[in-house]
Amino acid sequence: MNDEQHDLELAPEVERYELFADPIYNFSFNRRQFLKAFSGGIALLVPASNLFAQAAQQEQDESGRGRFNQRVPNDIGAWIHIEESGTVSVFTGKVELGQNIRTSLAQAVAEELHVPVNTIRLVMADTDLVPFDMGTFGSRTTPTMAPQLRKAAAAARETLITLAAEQLKVAPADVRIVNARFVNHDASKSLSLGDVAKGQKLVKTIPADVAITTVKDWTIAGTSVPKVGARDFVTGKHEYTSDMKLPGMLFGRIVRPPAMNSSLLSVDTKAAEAIKGVTVVRDGDFIGITAPDPQAVARAEKSIAVHWKTPAQPGASELFQLLKRDSSPSRGGGRPVGSITEGMAAADKKLSQTYTVAYIAHAPLEPRAAVAEWKDNKLTVWTGTQRPFGVRSELAEALRIPEESVRVIVPDTGSGYGGKHTGECAIEAARLARASGKPVKLVWTREEEFAWAYFRPAGVIEVSSGVKNDGTVTAWEFHNYNSGASAIQSKYAFPNQNIQFHNSKSPLRQGSYRGLAATANHFAREVHMDELAQLVGMDPVAFRLQNIQDPRLRAVLEATAKSFGWGAKKQAGRGAGIACGFEKGSYIGTAAEVSIDPKTKKVKIERIVASYECGAIVNPVHLHNQVEGAVVQAIGGALFEGIEFQNGQILNAKFSRYRLPRFSDVPPIEIVLLDRKDLPSAGAGETPIVGLAPAVANAIFAATGQRLRSLPLESQNGLPQKAQKTQKAQD
Amino acid sequence: MANITSLSVNGKKLPVNIDSQTSLLTVLRDYLNLTGTKYGCGESQCGACTVLVDGVAARSCVTPVGKVAGKQITTIEGLEKDGQLHPLQQAFIEADAMQCGYCTPGMIMAGAGLLSKNPKPSRDEIVKAMDRNVCRCGTYLRIVKAIEIASGTAKEVRK
Repeated sequence: MNDEQHDLELAPEVERYELFADPIYNFSFNRRQFLKAFSGGIALLVPASNLFAQAAQQEQDESGRGRFNQRVPNDIGAWIHIEESGTVSVFTGKVELGQNIRTSLAQAVAEELHVPVNTIRLVMADTDLVPFDMGTFGSRTTPTMAPQLRKAAAAARETLITLAAEQLKVAPADVRIVNARFVNHDASKSLSLGDVAKGQKLVKTIPADVAITTVKDWTIAGTSVPKVGARDFVTGKHEYTSDMKLPGMLFGRIVRPPAMNSSLLSVDTKAAEAIKGVTVVRDGDFIGITAPDPQAVARAEKSIAVHWKTPAQPGASELFQLLKRDSSPSRGGGRPVGSITEGMAAADKKLSQTYTVAYIAHAPLEPRAAVAEWKDNKLTVWTGTQRPFGVRSELAEALRIPEESVRVIVPDTGSGYGGKHTGECAIEAARLARASGKPVKLVWTREEEFAWAYFRPAGVIEVSSGVKNDGTVTAWEFHNYNSGASAIQSKYAFPNQNIQFHNSKSPLRQGSYRGLAATANHFAREVHMDELAQLVGMDPVAFRLQNIQDPRLRAVLEATAKSFGWGAKKQAGRGAGIACGFEKGSYIGTAAEVSIDPKTKKVKIERIVASYECGAIVNPVHLHNQVEGAVVQAIGGALFEGIEFQNGQILNAKFSRYRLPRFSDVPPIEIVLLDRKDLPSAGAGETPIVGLAPAVANAIFAATGQRLRSLPLESQNGLPQKAQKTQKAQD
Repeated sequence: MANITSLSVNGKKLPVNIDSQTSLLTVLRDYLNLTGTKYGCGESQCGACTVLVDGVAARSCVTPVGKVAGKQITTIEGLEKDGQLHPLQQAFIEADAMQCGYCTPGMIMAGAGLLSKNPKPSRDEIVKAMDRNVCRCGTYLRIVKAIEIASGTAKEVRK
């Protein structure tokens, strides 16, 4: 990663933790190639610049050009194809991993075309079929891809109506679309999509001025369209990468070192190679096995004698000192506002505290998997990744072949949460397949997924603040070491701020995660706000409201407090906590009530209320469920998830040692969705995760007087027995 | 160790020739191509591999195939009868009880195992029976709801 990229104002946070820097512009479909591949029907193209950059938008002014003769851009970001058969296909590089964009994007297109959702087919994440896409991360699908596909669909509809009018010999204004058919004014004549598209060969770029349906007129978007393909998931028919089987396919295994940064001393593979059908691949320190069946793979693996050398490496106990020691002076976070000195001088009370977050694992239930096949000098890899084009580049580079010789296909995947950006497994499968001359499937074990992927960054956050007795925060200094800059800025109206993110040297491999550092930064900020409220003797909700001017933040906080019944008397031994925040275009408020077992010190979350506002709601049930899922996932990082490590080894690299949220951890959760039909829809996959950890920490304080400033809040044996000092305040 | 030569899966007797110590999960997925049953952890912690053995939910990843020879094994592929989904499969769709869907077959088999021995489980009984199945997308509340719908105890389904 290059240092110049760290100015927050230039580089979006989503790219900060990409492990590989790919060329951003790498378009597989230019005009010539597209026209060559285009056989017939009607295609509406979305310029890549509409999706990836604003800079090139001026070039897309299409006014004054002929209706069917508009310039086809050299770079295409997505397109809709009305085939001559009448099938409507949408081509996008986005990936479905459970966030239900296969459904929501189909809703957007169906809405504009005035056809039922089930007439829309999404072709996703196949690098030979779809245009370049940077990846599915950063909650970008809903705010960027969906509106562009809407425009394409709206333009397609207008084109279809014009053509249908010609065929029906009526004025375009007399053509209506009813049940996916184009009908004339008295419905005496009608045409199907196929009737209209047949014999056509039209390629258009979406006009700059195409009008899309306003939110108040939505009939398909804004409704709870059921998950596309749900039946295949409940019957086990859906084929994930790990389920694939190609003719002649071999099974692969990688012989791993016992720890990171190990080097190979010696290996004896003779016994393994003597097993029928087994191929052992050696390439530097890479040792892999292929065999026609898993039993042979297992026998071969056992028979390999291998010795590694592992250097001493830091452990979890030294982590936070190291992250501070190895940090850079500053890597952005925004320009300071006002003067911290003056803000502190104006304060009645001051507070300095340090907060930490552990590394945590994504633990997608489908571990990394890949099936690789070499055919006619071309490599095809099926793999579950959030960055199909990025993985294509990684494959080309690792195997020293041109990118044009690599095709990456992503079947709808067993989740990712930011954890599947990279192509390790794909590269390994491809290397094995090249050596054995047959297709190879490689499925990582759970232990491999823990030890050889990457983690959400750990971090240290230092906050110093000043507050007046009336609850007005006068100074806010915030330093985040290593965990990231996402949501490091808040929507609070702090008059004097100095907010900095500091890079550091991470002892473990780290990368993207659902919400990135927004969880860490909200945890530190919202716990600190709670501490300040206590310092000036104010109610935590009233204290926050005192420092909020943003009406949307106020709305989610008030909605949360109202639904929660904030301020009502609690049972003995229980406490309530609240938090609010903003990230990636949407607002979240979260409140939790907890009880603590007096003997075991285990925390039980009794109930949760989460209020969420992300503009106009596209699919209420799916949004509700995505918010609920994020809150449930957040329980793990809040209470008990944390990576233990020493000398390059992950010590809890299995589910029996790494506790995940389970049925019994989930209390009643009330989700309050604020529908802002007047605002554009923001992506909802990440931000709802950020509020729970601070709400629970604040609730634990309310219940016990114990102020916890480290995630996860529970140690292995419940709450830390030694109460942390609750105040380090100076009057 | 002797090899296993046949297995009764989804009402059919299927020929196999496999070491009896091999896990049932591996046999189902890699030898019988019944890939609806998933690998998640290999140590009976996540339940993605749940199947029914003589009607009782079992973790196929830690079940040596030798232990189930001669028993009736039901996988997710065997739940649908004559094109009719099992009531719990239908309920999962109705309650939108899935996101990425990877845990779903194991969840449905664990739930089906529960309902076959306890057709009207209480909420606590559902949570207790399902607690060893992991959904990383966090759909637990809807899975409980789906089991309640299938058992006829659901009070209401959110629209």
